[in-house]
Amino acid sequence: MSTQVLTYLFVGASFALYIGIAIWSRAGSTKDFYVAGGGVHPLVNGMATAADWMSAASFISMAGIISFIGRDGSVYLLGWTGGYVLLALLLAPYLRKFGRFTVPDFIGERYYSQAARIVAVVCLIFVSFTYVAGQMRGVGIVFSRFLEVDVNTGVIIGMAVVFMYAVLGGMKGITYTQVAQYCVLIFAYMVPAIFISIMITGNPIPQLGFGAEVTDGSGLSVLQKLDGVLLDLGFSAYTAGSKSTIDVFAITAALMFGTAGLPHVLVRFFTVPKVSDARLSAGYALVFIAILYTTAPAVASFARLNLVDTVHNTAYDEAPEWFGNWENTGLIAWHDKNDDGVMQYGAGAALSPAKPIFDVDGTRGSHGERLLNNKSTESANEVYIDRDIMVLANPEIAGLPGWVIALVAAGGVAAALSTAAGLLLVISSAISHDLLKQTLLPRITEKQELLYARLAAAVAVCIAGLFGIYPPAFVAQVVAFAFGLAAASLFPALLLGIFSKRANKEGAISGMLAGLVSTFAYIAYFKFVAPELNSAEYWLWGISPEGIGAIGMLLNFVIAMTISHLTAKPPATVQALVDNIRIPGGAKAAENH
Amino acid sequence: MDTEEKSNQLEHETALNNQTLYWQANLKLLAKLLVVWFAVSFGCGIILVDWLDQFTIAGFKLGFWFAQQGAIYVFVALIFVYARQMKILDRQFDVGDDDSNQEPQS
Repeated sequence: MSTQVLTYLFVGASFALYIGIAIWSRAGSTKDFYVAGGGVHPLVNGMATAADWMSAASFISMAGIISFIGRDGSVYLLGWTGGYVLLALLLAPYLRKFGRFTVPDFIGERYYSQAARIVAVVCLIFVSFTYVAGQMRGVGIVFSRFLEVDVNTGVIIGMAVVFMYAVLGGMKGITYTQVAQYCVLIFAYMVPAIFISIMITGNPIPQLGFGAEVTDGSGLSVLQKLDGVLLDLGFSAYTAGSKSTIDVFAITAALMFGTAGLPHVLVRFFTVPKVSDARLSAGYALVFIAILYTTAPAVASFARLNLVDTVHNTAYDEAPEWFGNWENTGLIAWHDKNDDGVMQYGAGAALSPAKPIFDVDGTRGSHGERLLNNKSTESANEVYIDRDIMVLANPEIAGLPGWVIALVAAGGVAAALSTAAGLLLVISSAISHDLLKQTLLPRITEKQELLYARLAAAVAVCIAGLFGIYPPAFVAQVVAFAFGLAAASLFPALLLGIFSKRANKEGAISGMLAGLVSTFAYIAYFKFVAPELNSAEYWLWGISPEGIGAIGMLLNFVIAMTISHLTAKPPATVQALVDNIRIPGGAKAAENH
Repeated sequence: MDTEEKSNQLEHETALNNQTLYWQANLKLLAKLLVVWFAVSFGCGIILVDWLDQFTIAGFKLGFWFAQQGAIYVFVALIFVYARQMKILDRQFDVGDDDSNQEPQS
């Protein structure tokens, strides 16, 4: 069977599985829809959380980015796992004890204020929508390469599938599909990683192969060889960093605290039966996540080594088949600057502007390559490679069989869909529960609320799909900033709500607004208003827009505490509520109120 | 104040005191674990990474290993240690959520 047929088969079978689960686990009540009935086993919830968390960015892009930036890529590895420690130790158990449906629910109740609830809803929708747009783009990429359909068709198919299980099944449907999606995605990630680790080092465990000797008889370890090869080509060493320490520190902090403040992750811990289950479940979630996150840097180094080996100084005519396949999707390009028919790969941008602009008539050059309208750069590098393809192309680069390639396609789709569904659910519950039931239409019955929840989910799916089909130029740039915004707005309000009895509504609202606005303004200034100034010399204390959420968070804490101390104490009932969430005993199942 | 009321109040105060002690024990545990969390990630993985790189472990420069592997393993361990220690504290202060001392469901 051809790879193409296998891919259709694998992706189609996984879709059938997800829809089957959706029909089996239909939500019958708002409690089913918002928190899966509240009786999810901690291990199951851990697995669902891992799939919820690991998005197209983790599956497709992360290893690719690390592959190209080496040690600086640690910010993602540390940030996106370290946040779980904060989540498990500082937030999840207490929010579970609180026992309601949504994150704005907690903020509204703890800060005895509808205004605080609405501010939280705004932060939540902002964070979740920037994030979901990136997922739909991920689905599009996978479809366009592996199923050779139009990106738009791919997005619509993805939307239809998410629509089925998110709208029908709510949190209950999502939980069980996410478990299936985790299995698909982790299998799809590990199989090629293990193959490649064996090929390069002879060690089947990628985490160990990462540090092992290369089996080419040179006696060098993977990282030593990679450092050497890259230095020869004019890059900096793989194991050396080029970002400043303070910037790495700030970006890691923004990603960590942002992770702990992401509503679609927090809400997963509302679904387990008990407080102690919430603690344990966060541990399981991190185990499942760590399997991928400790493999990713190994894959990154293997992929880079493989890439240099196969591409550099290879005649275009003799380039392996995958090179042409990816060139056809526009994610690889070759510009024969010295007209020798051989691809030279090295440091520096190959093209100007950096992204390839292919000749509209599809004209081919003398060696069969797609012709470009870009200008040449000074650099000797002739090859443009999009970072996103490293994981997707890895099985082809390593010459693995067709079924592995098909598996990776199904895994990429699973990663993108599982996260999209989780995000769409928190958006819809924030609208139907916090905005309608708790604020605008308090008289609606549970049945009506459930209907509104489904409608909100349906609308959110459509908007997300539009983002996928017409990606606004800013989307790709802002996805990483969702974390900074979550860190600067929601995390401090949640933490103070649990650990300080003195924090009151005035403090929380002004803190959230200050954090959100300052972080947003800094990012908008450097990314959209004055992008030409976006370099270290103009940044505040050398902190890039990616890391500014850490400063926004500190600002939020300082303002929230100062204003809380200058204004009246929270009422006694709220102080009693804080006392109550601090002990695990007597946690009631999440309920309506 | 009759004796029954007095003993009720006493019970209430003991419960509050018990809760406060439980909370302090929790904060102490949190502080210890978060120091480790900070040390392996921001410490070894970022601030000290260049200095640690002079040592090698299993084919890795040590700082690089912490940044891309080691810290993650420690994170996992931290959460399980926390879950276990808290279970012990829950039992010690009798504030846990085991079915035996669950408040009656409303």
